[in-house]
Amino acid sequence: MNAAKTGEGKVTNILVSGIGGQGVMTAAEVLSQTALSQGYDVKKTEVAGMAQRGGVVTSHVRFGRRVLSPAIPHGEADILVGFEPAEALRWCGQLRPGGVAMVNRLRQEPPVVTLGLFPYPDDPVGEMRARGIEVHAFDAGAIARELGNLKLVNTVMLGAIADYLPFPAEILKEAILARFRDRKPALLAVNEQAFEAGRAAQAAA
Amino acid sequence: MSAVNPLPQPERHFMSGNEAVARGAWEAGCRVAAAYPGTPSTEILEFVATYQDLYAEWSVNEKVALEVAIGASLAGSRALCAMKHVGLNVASDALMTQTLIGVGGGLVVAVADDVGLSSSQNEQDSRHWGRFAHLPVLEPADAQEAYEMTREAFALSEQFDTPVILRLTTRICHVKAVVVPGEREERPATGFRKNPARLVMTPMNAGYRIPLMLEREERLRAFSEITDLNRIEDGKDRRVGFVTSGPTYLHVLESFPNAPLVKLGLGYPPPMELIRALAARVEHLVVVEEVEPLLELEIRAAGIPVHGKDLLPRMGELAPHVLRPAIRAFLGEPAAPEPAPKRLLEFTTPVQVFPRPPTMCVACPHLGIYYCLSKIKNTQIAGDIGCYTLGAGHPWNAMDTCISMGASMGVALGLDKGRSEADKDKRVIAVIGDSTFLHMGMQGLLDIVYNRGNVTILLLDNSAVGMTGGQEHPGTGKDIRGLEAPKVDFRKLVEALGVKPERVHEVNPYELPILFKALRQEVKVNDTSVIITNQPCVLTDRYGHKPPYAVDEEKCTGCSNCLAVGCPAIAVTRRETVVKPNGSEKELTFVAIDSAACTGCDLCPGTCGPEAILPLAEFSRAGARL
Repeated sequence: MNAAKTGEGKVTNILVSGIGGQGVMTAAEVLSQTALSQGYDVKKTEVAGMAQRGGVVTSHVRFGRRVLSPAIPHGEADILVGFEPAEALRWCGQLRPGGVAMVNRLRQEPPVVTLGLFPYPDDPVGEMRARGIEVHAFDAGAIARELGNLKLVNTVMLGAIADYLPFPAEILKEAILARFRDRKPALLAVNEQAFEAGRAAQAAA
Repeated sequence: MSAVNPLPQPERHFMSGNEAVARGAWEAGCRVAAAYPGTPSTEILEFVATYQDLYAEWSVNEKVALEVAIGASLAGSRALCAMKHVGLNVASDALMTQTLIGVGGGLVVAVADDVGLSSSQNEQDSRHWGRFAHLPVLEPADAQEAYEMTREAFALSEQFDTPVILRLTTRICHVKAVVVPGEREERPATGFRKNPARLVMTPMNAGYRIPLMLEREERLRAFSEITDLNRIEDGKDRRVGFVTSGPTYLHVLESFPNAPLVKLGLGYPPPMELIRALAARVEHLVVVEEVEPLLELEIRAAGIPVHGKDLLPRMGELAPHVLRPAIRAFLGEPAAPEPAPKRLLEFTTPVQVFPRPPTMCVACPHLGIYYCLSKIKNTQIAGDIGCYTLGAGHPWNAMDTCISMGASMGVALGLDKGRSEADKDKRVIAVIGDSTFLHMGMQGLLDIVYNRGNVTILLLDNSAVGMTGGQEHPGTGKDIRGLEAPKVDFRKLVEALGVKPERVHEVNPYELPILFKALRQEVKVNDTSVIITNQPCVLTDRYGHKPPYAVDEEKCTGCSNCLAVGCPAIAVTRRETVVKPNGSEKELTFVAIDSAACTGCDLCPGTCGPEAILPLAEFSRAGARL
């Protein structure tokens, strides 16, 4: 029998969803690299091409002793990281019962909504909660803006999931900060603040 | 939690399938690599080009890329060409004859199928080429195998004197996974050997080569039965045995960990005796293949009872969420076996949310083009492949056809020549990007000129292969490594193809009045005209940001004309219905500009009658409220 069949353990499944240009892929990459540094087998889907142009972007991050399919099986995601409320709602069916959703409340309406062709859901977070999903929702956009850079949404969202991973939050934090320490030391402190703000925001939400 | 994998850190690389192919090619001593960008294959050559000890190029199209690789192979170098599935349609003319010739140095054709249609005009199954061209097809299941099989492909190519197809899918190309690579082997070129009887494919010479090609295919068929690339993996649950190839192997393992299976790494020619051996062990044999029933038909033709597309979809990815319910239904089991299926189903029912199709970028130079095209009446617009295909969508709805690379040219001429009496006054327009024009549009334009077509061509030169991420091409003045290269002069090029100099206009697509004037003038002329736009893709370094704009709320009249530009930085703030003096109702739409996203391209101010769109700086000076 093949090693893959005998060596399976618990695989952690994290679905990151958002819109092209929001930093979904970067967040997924940081998560993957951190899991890799902890010795796990890791698979991460990359979406490129047309999705870059403001379209729907998702990345499946899976890690464990041995990861088989790169696609998170339907209904088996442990954590949904929603960079935008409607994109969290769109993918919430991928969560397992008991799974957790971290949602940035900052809405981004696509042109089809702006033009009045489709409605934006009134209360995406409420709809998710009505399904029985544990949702931690907060305005990561506002936190990032307060810290002076909208790009920090990424770090805020990573901070939000840091206490739900099978390794200590500090390890994820250090992995994020390491990306800035050499190349952009000026952004080190503000990323640490963003990370901790995300951690605190999800706990309060 | 502590480390769970015993492998030491330095040996574990985290790579996409595309990077793994590049690594494998480099390690195999590949000396020449060529490609035309195309999702999901683009990054193969981008990664190859990061290795300095080989020659890499962006070719003008996939046929040229394959021909370059063929030449290099005949020169005795190991050579790689890479393309997306539709690229192999273009390259197939060379492939179908090269298979008669064989190779010098190993020749590998990496072709990436966009299973699931992430960014393509169709969903093809490139495994067909194996049977069509009598070539071996290797099908990796993940990045590690993509790396290993790329190396293996070069070896097989030389062992069997055949080009080898390395068949990838989006789930291989764009999934990052752990890869444990090796070392590069030096493979100096062995030299070109003149041999016209083999290398000059006259009918007589080709006639001698065909039996040799077929004999090679039979040797490969025998090899397929014994190679480690193909194997049976046993399992306890013998109700269903699976035949898997490429990424479906891992999807099946994930979904049915106890099922016996055949894993095919060399999918063509298929090892029929191996498959027969699996069939003998199980109650039912099911082929899981993306996407066409190729193996299924071969297996059935070999007299082995088999299921496949009677249970599984004919399109898209066969991931666990597709496989599990289909096979459970076949076995008469409930869709979900979990202890609390009702709860699970409540959780996992998909939610219907508005579509979020890709949009053009903020300040994209194509916005001005489509703004103008959407305002011109009586048009038939033949489109092409690129970001500008998005012009078919809202709010412009200004593209009527999109088929294949360069097709806008021929289709436009056909619309002109085949027009009905009712369409006699229609203005036929073709829209094509710079790279697409160089890929396959030039010949079409020559045809339009030669046959005196009444077509206005918009040649959108944004100095990049935009859709795939801004790669270089012969019109950008740089090569794949960013070094200076000869630069095409598009005006001279179209004039050389026969367009009259007075019918060629070069315009800045941000200057709407000039663009409008050129377009209105040329669609009225019964001749072939070309309007070349000359501003760079906003995602490249060539684009220069300018100070952003904002909307003066007090001046905005809610006319919504600026929304017709389609820039994603403009958002609706509120809608209002007013009753005009004559009693009719009018919908007003008020807007704001996301000044953090706006790059000051000047497009939308030109569409604003009341001049409510002003530089952001003026607001701060005046202390006005935004």
